[in-house]
Amino acid sequence: MKEGLARVLFGAAALISTLAVALICLFLFANGIPAMAQIGLPDFLFGTTWKPSADIYGIFPMIVGSIYVTAGAIIIGVPTGLLTAIFLSRFAGGRISSLLRSGVELLAGIPSVVYGFFGLMLVVPLIRELAPGRGLSLLAAAIILGIMVLPTIITVAKNALDAVPKAYYEGALALGATHERSVFRVVVPAAISGIMAAIVLGVGRAIGETMAVVMVAGNQAVIPTSIFEGVRTMTANIVLEMGYAADLHRGALIATGVVLFVFVLLICALFNAIKNRGERS
Amino acid sequence: MLEAVARTRDALMGAGGVEEALRGLRAERGQESASKMSVIGLDLHYGSFHVLKDVSLDFPERQVTALIGPSGCGKSTLLKTLDRMNDLVPDCRVEGLVTLDGQNAYEDIPVNSLRRRVGMVFQQPNPFPMSIYDNVAFGPRTHGVQDRAQLDGIVEQSLRDAAMWDEVKDRLRKSALGLSGGQQQRLCIARALAVKPEVLLLDESTSALDPISTAKIEELVGELKRSYTVIMVTHNMLQALRVSDKTAFFLLGEMVEAGPTEDIFTEPVDPRTADYVAGRFG
Amino acid sequence: MSSKVLRGLVYAGATITALILVGLVAFILVKGVPYLTPSLFAWEYTSENVSLMPALISTFLMAALALLLAVPTGIASAIYLVEYASETSRFVRLVRVTTETLQGIPSIIYGLFGLLFFTTLLGWGMSLLSGAFTLAVMVLPVIMRTTEEALLAVPRSYREGGFALGAGRVRTVFRCVLPSAAPGILGGALLALGRCVGEVAALLFTAGTVAQVPDFASQGVFALFDSCRTLAEHMYVLASEGLHVGEAYATAVVLLVVVMLLNVGTNAAVGRLNGRTKGDA
Repeated sequence: MKEGLARVLFGAAALISTLAVALICLFLFANGIPAMAQIGLPDFLFGTTWKPSADIYGIFPMIVGSIYVTAGAIIIGVPTGLLTAIFLSRFAGGRISSLLRSGVELLAGIPSVVYGFFGLMLVVPLIRELAPGRGLSLLAAAIILGIMVLPTIITVAKNALDAVPKAYYEGALALGATHERSVFRVVVPAAISGIMAAIVLGVGRAIGETMAVVMVAGNQAVIPTSIFEGVRTMTANIVLEMGYAADLHRGALIATGVVLFVFVLLICALFNAIKNRGERS
Repeated sequence: MLEAVARTRDALMGAGGVEEALRGLRAERGQESASKMSVIGLDLHYGSFHVLKDVSLDFPERQVTALIGPSGCGKSTLLKTLDRMNDLVPDCRVEGLVTLDGQNAYEDIPVNSLRRRVGMVFQQPNPFPMSIYDNVAFGPRTHGVQDRAQLDGIVEQSLRDAAMWDEVKDRLRKSALGLSGGQQQRLCIARALAVKPEVLLLDESTSALDPISTAKIEELVGELKRSYTVIMVTHNMLQALRVSDKTAFFLLGEMVEAGPTEDIFTEPVDPRTADYVAGRFG
Repeated sequence: MSSKVLRGLVYAGATITALILVGLVAFILVKGVPYLTPSLFAWEYTSENVSLMPALISTFLMAALALLLAVPTGIASAIYLVEYASETSRFVRLVRVTTETLQGIPSIIYGLFGLLFFTTLLGWGMSLLSGAFTLAVMVLPVIMRTTEEALLAVPRSYREGGFALGAGRVRTVFRCVLPSAAPGILGGALLALGRCVGEVAALLFTAGTVAQVPDFASQGVFALFDSCRTLAEHMYVLASEGLHVGEAYATAVVLLVVVMLLNVGTNAAVGRLNGRTKGDA
C-alpha cells in the first residue's frame, strides 16, 4: 500500500517537467499563433518594419539581430573557449588548472545583469571612443555574449577532450610528433563531436540571453549595416515592450517568443543529433 | 661483466664519451657484431619503486630481440625507455645510458627525432579515429612531407610492408576504426613504418589478437628484420622462440640472462631462466 | 603550424580567459566597494538611499519559495527515474527529452510563460508567488539532473544492503540511498539557488519590480500576492535608470559575493560527495 502510493507520487513528480514543457508550448502557441495569423505570417517573419504605434509588426530585423549577435558571440567566444579548454585538458599543471577551473565556474555563476552592466560601463564607452556611433552596438553585444558563452564552451569541450583515450595521444608521440601536434592533430579531432556540442550549447546560450544584450546592444529595431550600429534581438524585443504592450502588440511579442522558442528547439535537436552521432562512433 | 659495466660508467664520467665506453664494453665481451641500440647500467625508478636494476643489454642490428619474463618484471618498462615514452610517467627517473648508433639517446638526440627513428607498436591497437590513409600519412606529415604524390607513395609502400595493401587499397578513405583488431594492429605497424624508423619496438603487440592475426604479424616481423632492428616484448614463449634471434630474460627488474634465443631455451645458464622456460613449456 | 605557434595560441587563449575573469571581478570590486555604505543597507527603500536591503530580503524569500517547490519535486522525479522506472521505458525517455528541452529554454520564455499562466490565467498578478513558481519551473531540470547523477553515484551495494535487511523500496531509498547522495543534491540545490539569485528576464513580468518586501506581518499569507524585486532586478533597474550608477556597482559587488559563496558551497558539497562514494567503492 505504502509502496504503491510512493511509486505513484514519485511518478507524478517525474511527470511535472514534461507537463511544464507541454504547458509552455501550449500557452506560447495559443497566444502567439493567433497574432501571427492576424498579422500574416510572411509579414510577421519577413517584414522589416516594427512599428507598434502603427500596428506594423515585422520581426525580421530582430531575427537578423539575434543571428548576428549570436554569430559574433561565437566568433569571439569559440576560439578563446576552445583554446582554454585545450589548455585545461592538456597543458596546465595541477595548481594552475584547478585555479582557472574555479575561475571558469565563477564566470558561469555571474548573473547576466552583471555582465550587461560591465559591458555598459566598460565595453560600450571603449567602443564609443574608438569607433563611430554611441558604442551601444552589435559589437558590444557580441563581445559580452562571447564572454558569457565561455564557461559553457570551456566546460563541455574540456570534458570531451578529457574523454579522448590516452592511446591516441601516445600513438602520435611514438611517431615522433610533438606534444602540440599530437594534441591538435589527434586529440582535438578525436573530440570533435563533443566540441561541436559545446559550440551548439554556446549558440543556445547566446541566442536566448536577454538582459545583458538589452543593456549594451542599443536596441534599434533596424537591421544594422555595420558592427558599430545598434541592434535589437528577439529576446530584447520581448523584454523591452512586454511591460506596456496590449492587444495585437502583446500578441506580436508573444509570437516573437514563439519564433525564439522554435530556434531554441532546433538548436536542441541539433545538439542531440551531434551527441547521438558522437556516442555511436 | 659487472666489472665491464663499472668501467663503462667510469669511462662515461671521464672524458672518453659514449663511443669509447661502448667500444670498451664490446671489446670486453668479445663482441664484434654492431649493436643498433644498447642500454648500459640502466636503473629506473617509478617514485620509490625500483623497476629496473642495473640492466645492460645490446640490441643487434637487423635482428629480432625478444624480452621475456613474468608480468611486472620490467620488460615493457625497458621497451618504453628505448623511445622515451617513460617521459610521460610522472616521477619516473632514469639513470644509466641508452644509446642509438652510439649516441646517447637521452642527450644527443632530440626526443622527437629519437621517436621517429625508434618506432613503437602498442599492446592494444590504437589507430587514430581518422581514415586509413591519414593514419599512415600522419607520421610523414608530422615530419614535413607535404607533397601529395610522395605521401601516396609512402602510404602504399608502408601498407605493402605491413602486408595489408591488398586488403585496404580500395578503402583508404574509410575510417580505420572499421578494421578488425588484427588489421588495426598491422595498420599501426604500417603507420610506424611510414616514418622510416630504424628500430621497431613491439610491446606485446599480438596479445590482444586472435591466433590467425598473430601468425600474420609474426610472419611480418620475420620479413621486417631484413631492414629493421626489432625489439619485442612477449608473454608467449613460443612466439619468442619462433620469431626472435636473441632473447633476454627478466625477473623482478633484473636482467637474468641474455643470449641467442636457441641457447636461452635449450641450455640456459641461470637456473631461474631454466625454471621459467621449463615451467612455461611444461 | 609549428608547435611553438600552437603552444603560444593555447597559452594566449587561457590568458585571455583569465584576464577577462580577473578584469571583470576587479572592475566591479574597485568601482563598487566605495559605495557599500550603511545607507545602502537601510531597511526601507527610498529614492534617495536606493537601499538594496528590501531587494536582498525579497531575493531570499523568492529563492526560498522557488526551491521549496522545485527541490522536493526534482528529488522525487529523480528517485522515480533512477530507483523505479526501467531505463528503457518510453516514459523515462520522454521525461529525459523534455527535461533536456526545459534546460535549454531561455529565461525570457519562462518569463512569458509565467506572465501568461501564473500572473494572468491563474490571476496571481505580478507577485512573489508568480515569480517563485516561474523560477521553480526554471530550476526544476537543474535539480532533477544533479539529483539523478548523485543517485547514480551511490553504490549498488547500499541498495542491496537495504533490501537484504527486508526493507521495502521506499525505506531503502530514504534510509540507504538518499543520505549518501545528500551532498550531491545539496550541490544541485545551491546551483539552482545561484540561478534564482541571478535571474531577471523571467521575473520582470511575473514578480514585477516593486522595491518593497512583501508585508507578511500585516497581510499574512496574502503578502504572497505582493509584487517585489530581487537583487538582480534591483540592479537592472538602477543600471537602466542611470541615476545611481555607484549604487548599481555596489549591488553588483553584493551579487558577486553571493555567487562566490554559492560556488564555494557547491564545490564543498560536491567534494564531499566524491569523497564519500570513492571511499566506499
